[in-house]
Amino acid sequence: MLDSTTKLALAGAIALGMATGAMAADKLKTGFVYVGPVGDFGYSYQHDQGRIAMQKALGDAVESTFLESIPENDSERSIEQLARTGHQLIFTTSFGFMEPTLKVAKKFPNIKFEHATGYKRADNVATYSAKFHEGRYIIGQIAGKMTKSNIIGYVASFPIPEVVSGINAFMLGAQSVNPGIKVKIVWANTWFDPGKEADAAKALLAQGADIISQHTDSAAPLQEAEKAGKLGFGQASDMSRFAPKAQLTSIIDDWSGYYTGRVKAALDGTWKATDTWGGLGAKMVVMAPFANMPDEVKAMAQQTTADIASGKLNPFKCPVLDQAGKAAECKGGTALDDGQILGMNWYVKGIDDKVPQ
Amino acid sequence: MSPQVFELVLLTIVTASMPLMIAALGELVAERAGVLNLGVEGMMIMGAAIGFAAAYLSGSPFIGALAGIAAGMAMAALFGLLTIGLAINQVAAGLALTIFGVGLSGLLGSDFVGLKREGSPHLYVPGLSDLPLIGKLVFGEDGFVYAGFLLVALAALFLGRSRAGLALRAVGDNPHSAHALGLPVRRTRFLAVLFGGACAGLAGAYLSLAYTPFWSPGMTAGRGWIALALVVFASWRPWRVVLGALLFGGATVLQLHAQAASLGLPGQLMSAVPYLATILALMALSAGTRRNAAAPAALGQTFVAPR
Repeated sequence: MLDSTTKLALAGAIALGMATGAMAADKLKTGFVYVGPVGDFGYSYQHDQGRIAMQKALGDAVESTFLESIPENDSERSIEQLARTGHQLIFTTSFGFMEPTLKVAKKFPNIKFEHATGYKRADNVATYSAKFHEGRYIIGQIAGKMTKSNIIGYVASFPIPEVVSGINAFMLGAQSVNPGIKVKIVWANTWFDPGKEADAAKALLAQGADIISQHTDSAAPLQEAEKAGKLGFGQASDMSRFAPKAQLTSIIDDWSGYYTGRVKAALDGTWKATDTWGGLGAKMVVMAPFANMPDEVKAMAQQTTADIASGKLNPFKCPVLDQAGKAAECKGGTALDDGQILGMNWYVKGIDDKVPQ
Repeated sequence: MSPQVFELVLLTIVTASMPLMIAALGELVAERAGVLNLGVEGMMIMGAAIGFAAAYLSGSPFIGALAGIAAGMAMAALFGLLTIGLAINQVAAGLALTIFGVGLSGLLGSDFVGLKREGSPHLYVPGLSDLPLIGKLVFGEDGFVYAGFLLVALAALFLGRSRAGLALRAVGDNPHSAHALGLPVRRTRFLAVLFGGACAGLAGAYLSLAYTPFWSPGMTAGRGWIALALVVFASWRPWRVVLGALLFGGATVLQLHAQAASLGLPGQLMSAVPYLATILALMALSAGTRRNAAAPAALGQTFVAPR
């Protein structure tokens, strides 16, 4: 057993070592905070892939550290630890890190922070997110073409705007090629519980769904679709290895370009506390290879991807009708504006369900 | 509801209940010996990680299940050394075991993330398995389900009808008297804890080998904690664990099917139904006579032999 003096001395030595280490390095030190394990093969995994790509692209000029599985309500000390150990640019990658990031940023005005999926900025806090709903419009189109039963099963997580706007974009995409299509939604009330997600998919398949779409993080619903000989879509990363015969495509979060650009800006001294919401055009959202579908469906999906990326097509182009058939106010001129999408809590016409309140 | 859907619902309820039932049974035996092990979640997820890894490397789900059991037992042995050997507080050690297991499983399982296996084989008896409605339910389950029910039957017999089971209960009710009678208190408790670990490991292996055949960190998603609650729900009686697990799994699965069938019930409320059912059942139990509850009197108390 160490006595308390030895412990104290040891702690001091470690702290000193860290401080000198930071001073000795003239590299830019970057830090990443993840909410899940990097091995989740989904959300946090994709952020870490972005970090790795950034490190590769910028090589010796930067150094990067990551902290994984950081609980949102206890993240302040983790973020502060990065700030105290010489990290000059810190990415916090989950919505719940918003307040802690701002708090730490206030204490360290010379350190730059970036917070993903939040909406509060400061002079040294930028925000960034991705337009996942653009991908959902494409998979909706694919589902509309591929379904035989005209019933799509949708495993949803929580009724928050991101998920609701995803369901709407999916439905609008599906209706654009197949007006009579139906979508059945099951709320699993979890982001990650493979067993429960699988059971939700089973329930949807039992109700006649022949395509499973999901907004939960594990590969389980897709795997159930494969087991039943039906089709489905992956989530956050390419999940084709779990279901080579069932995965039509997957909406991939690709942060590598964004991270590389932002770290480069910090190196060049051009970094500003910006707000970025990029989609297919910015390559922050990427579609996994289109598979298990006929060539004409593939061509259509590729065309839609290109049109959304170029800005020719907007999934929420006006008029967008609500369930009663009333058009939503067209705040963005030709389409709904970002605020309307980021705060969406109503379903579009044709969805025969209610948003849980 | 068509007969096919009805059959599917029943089958899904069984698979959803099985990990809860097996893990709760193990914890029940440990608690009857007076040891409260809050590390079920940690042992379970280790069983899931190691079970999947072993099955993937060997190609055999049977070896995977055995490895899952061994992993759960290794975790339980650690817990036993701390709480029974060193008489450390059981609650603290159990919580630490869960945190440790979740972390270690993520580390050990990192090479196996994103790999896929076929699900575990199901029994097939020509003729019987093809019977409508009950065919697959009774004669077409995977090996874990039959093993689970066998374990419940054996544990019920052991606790209720055997001399060793009586000794175990004595240790859980009053370790000092048991010690004075010459019963090996610490050895009994250690073995009970090991059995608990074996069951939790098997339940974990069921998740990664049969329920959703892949490994992912955190995939137990709190089932260990529900198993702990089920032991209380079952008032420490093995067959009631079956009832509780089926009720809990049934409520979970039924609410998903109710949503899919667009019955128009609010999702969040439906998600709460399993928990509400558990609370109601607990209230019903405690409103009834107390004599049915088999709560071990010395649950959670460490035992140090007087010298």
